[in-house]
Amino acid sequence: MAYSEKVLDHYENPRNVGSFNPHDTHVGTGMVGAPACGDVMKLQIKVNDQGVIEEAKFKTYGCGSAIASSSLLTEWVKGKTLEQALEIKNTDIAAELALPPVKIHCSVLAEDAIRAAIKDYQSKMLQGAGTTKPDVAAG
Amino acid sequence: MTIYLDHNATTPLDQQVLAAMMPYLRLHHGNSSSVHRAGRVARSAIDQARIQVAALVNVSPAQVVFTSGGTEANNLALQGMRRLARGRTLAISAIEHASVLQTARSLQADGVNVRSIDVDAQGRVVAESLQAGVRTDTALVSVMMANNETGTVQDMVLVAEQARQMGAILHTDAVQVAGKVAIDFAATGAQLMSLSAHKLNGPKGVGALIIDRAVEIEPLLRGGGQEAGLRSGTENVAGIVGFGAAAELAAAGLKFGYESSLRVLRDRLESGLATLPGVTVFGRYAERLPNTVLFGVAGYDGEALVLALNEAGIAVSSGSACDSHSGRAPSHVLLAMGVDEEMARSAIRVSLGRGNTTQDVEQLIAVLAQQTSGFLSRSLGSWA
Amino acid sequence: MKLPIYLDYAATTPVDPRVADKMMQCLTLDGVFGNAASRSHVFGWKAEDAIDVARNQVAALINADPKEIVWTSGATESDNLAIKGVAHFYKKNGRHIVTCKTEHKAVLDTCRQLEREGYEVTYLDPEPNGLIDLKKLEAALRSDTILVSIMHVNNEIGVIQDVAAIGELCRSRGILFHSDAAQSAGKVEIDMERMKIDLLSLSAHKIYGPKGIGALYVRRKPRVRIEAQLHGGGHERGMRSGTLPTHQIVGMGEAFRIAREEMREEGAKIQKLRNRLWNGLREMEEVYLNGDLERRIPGNLNVSFNYVEGESLIMALKSLAVSSGSACTSSSLEPSYVLRAIGRPDELAHSSIRFSIGRFTTEEEIDYTIKAVRDSISRLRELSPLWDMYKDGIDLAKVQWVAH
Repeated sequence: MAYSEKVLDHYENPRNVGSFNPHDTHVGTGMVGAPACGDVMKLQIKVNDQGVIEEAKFKTYGCGSAIASSSLLTEWVKGKTLEQALEIKNTDIAAELALPPVKIHCSVLAEDAIRAAIKDYQSKMLQGAGTTKPDVAAG
Repeated sequence: MTIYLDHNATTPLDQQVLAAMMPYLRLHHGNSSSVHRAGRVARSAIDQARIQVAALVNVSPAQVVFTSGGTEANNLALQGMRRLARGRTLAISAIEHASVLQTARSLQADGVNVRSIDVDAQGRVVAESLQAGVRTDTALVSVMMANNETGTVQDMVLVAEQARQMGAILHTDAVQVAGKVAIDFAATGAQLMSLSAHKLNGPKGVGALIIDRAVEIEPLLRGGGQEAGLRSGTENVAGIVGFGAAAELAAAGLKFGYESSLRVLRDRLESGLATLPGVTVFGRYAERLPNTVLFGVAGYDGEALVLALNEAGIAVSSGSACDSHSGRAPSHVLLAMGVDEEMARSAIRVSLGRGNTTQDVEQLIAVLAQQTSGFLSRSLGSWA
Repeated sequence: MKLPIYLDYAATTPVDPRVADKMMQCLTLDGVFGNAASRSHVFGWKAEDAIDVARNQVAALINADPKEIVWTSGATESDNLAIKGVAHFYKKNGRHIVTCKTEHKAVLDTCRQLEREGYEVTYLDPEPNGLIDLKKLEAALRSDTILVSIMHVNNEIGVIQDVAAIGELCRSRGILFHSDAAQSAGKVEIDMERMKIDLLSLSAHKIYGPKGIGALYVRRKPRVRIEAQLHGGGHERGMRSGTLPTHQIVGMGEAFRIAREEMREEGAKIQKLRNRLWNGLREMEEVYLNGDLERRIPGNLNVSFNYVEGESLIMALKSLAVSSGSACTSSSLEPSYVLRAIGRPDELAHSSIRFSIGRFTTEEEIDYTIKAVRDSISRLRELSPLWDMYKDGIDLAKVQWVAH
């Protein structure tokens, strides 16, 4: 499998690897994929009171394209409002990383991950501060 | 040093082709299906060879399916059409190579009706027989572009037009043509074409089937799904690279007059033969390959003469190498041309190739002259 | 030490320099370039002689009669020829074939094709160690079974089937037995006089010979018949037509000669390296060996690294040429069907690496490999959300995944 320069760069120097405390009310966690399919992405965002994503972190089990897609996404969402972040499409990610057709699903997964993280954050907001959430959002 | 004049049987590998192949034997050893670097090097070498072979017959690289040789290519072309041909007709010329004839025979057992197309005394397909043989029930037609024994070149336009009118797929075995005469796949009107590397100074064990995009074919070999699923099996990387290099050299040769230089040698040979008594050149009045002369000397047994030539340091053959082992049966090609059995048994094939010189030809004529005068009485004795 | 380190000898091997030298002598005008079917001149005779020598060399490695060797373009063709050849020839005796789910694609895809032609095929499940339970094989045999095809050594996990016992069973039931020995010839002893194998597929490029050449052993006593699949000049006693590629055959012969003379010593050396590699990897957490360790060829090590995805691992190991699963399926995203068949869950199948060690592997390369693998595993586990969950004591099997 030939990878693009950008995929290799993100794979070798992944940005924003790590985790936030999922119980933090400012944190939204999205976990998508399944081990049996060969990829699982965990994407976390930290949102300030103005609704802007201040920080993002990821961990990914998957191929190089999956790692690169999630790494790229953490860079892109930083500084964006939730609405802006929701506008990111998998095709943008695929184009930026020059993903081959067999790897397009990695970008789809990344889009799913940010949507899941935002949804998680918003549901926390609706439930109000102080409510605890389970460790794993994918439940 | 023996003079080699049997290039239709096989050709020596060109030194440049050997140089192209060696790295893939010695250094790069990846399986082209592997994802790591050694595998990728092999993959790109195969891609390059595919471009080179495609260029030789002016097709797109995607139309080239590499096989283990001409025999497999012919088998793939015919057996790959099995489903289409079942319950219908396969029309083949009477002078096809054994790999077409025998495959056709095996398809008969599978419910394919096989019809033979006659050739005239020069080995050319007879128009009336073509029309009678290729009809609306015909799924597939297989007519070789040039014959390996006589060198007779077929009028592919005539054959293709009949196939087209009847809605039949046309396959042509171009194994003996490639490298000797320029080929334009589309211009032949065929949808399938067989090629072999070792007939054009490439390695043995590799060939190709050229496939028109509109034609769907079923694979013979199943397994790893190589060659877009049409031919499974780990690719013979060095062989394929050699085929590519040989194809490129052949194309360059044709551009710079290789065909006419063969023709000059061939004409020299024929004028020499004309000075000998009792010589008949088969297919003389047909358009022929520039390198092939099949002739008989009245009253002489071809096999014996060929062995005598070998003793004298000249390698020629008494017919097709592929049928050589089948004993003393006279050539089916000559019989189809209406040549009588005795005359057919006198046949000697000289096929010229790269590296042959005027001296080689003159040497052959000299030895033949000697052989056919010196033991005339002996020969007559045996024939009496 | 040269990078990348080649540890993919089960996919293919470099041609041994001794083999390459022999091959070069059979190509050009000053060598044995003739067509072995040319019976009328010295060029043809020399080619035929060279091929005879090679036929003897190949036969010698497996203790067979040279007349039982049929040249093919490789093991894929041998498998196709053996299975279709028997099925078509003996179709009046029955139309049932038994094989195993972990066979090479050349066997499985050929069987699938025969199913489309109206044959019935039973695909046996191997045991978790990769081996066939003879009782299950016996239970699968029927009165209309004409052929059993079980590979000698598996290409992915390297386990050695008891083909001698399978042969006894098949012979006692009057059923023909084919075995794909592409991965075993030159690595495990094969004695056709002792083993009741009727057809055996051989490949040159797995044992330091050239690609594009192989052979099918076809037993003469008792005589086994096959229907030819490539028709033409009637070469190879009518079983396989096509001009014989002298250089390729001579290369295969030389490779088999070398294997016969050196396999014992070489096997011991390779096994030592393989054990060194396994010892260097096994004490990491969540590392699983796939396939039986004892009944296994010396050069194969197939390991699953849990919570790490295989393709990203291969990417991380770019200084190593290794394979995840079989090379022939590596362009697809499916996890290895062999590992699935031995009951590995998908995630372990996805995280597997096959290391295959060979003639030119050194201890230094193994030590480098151990370090490279350990470093990469640590790095990728740092990136892996599954590793975190495992460390937190979460049972991944109980998580409801959002599959896509």
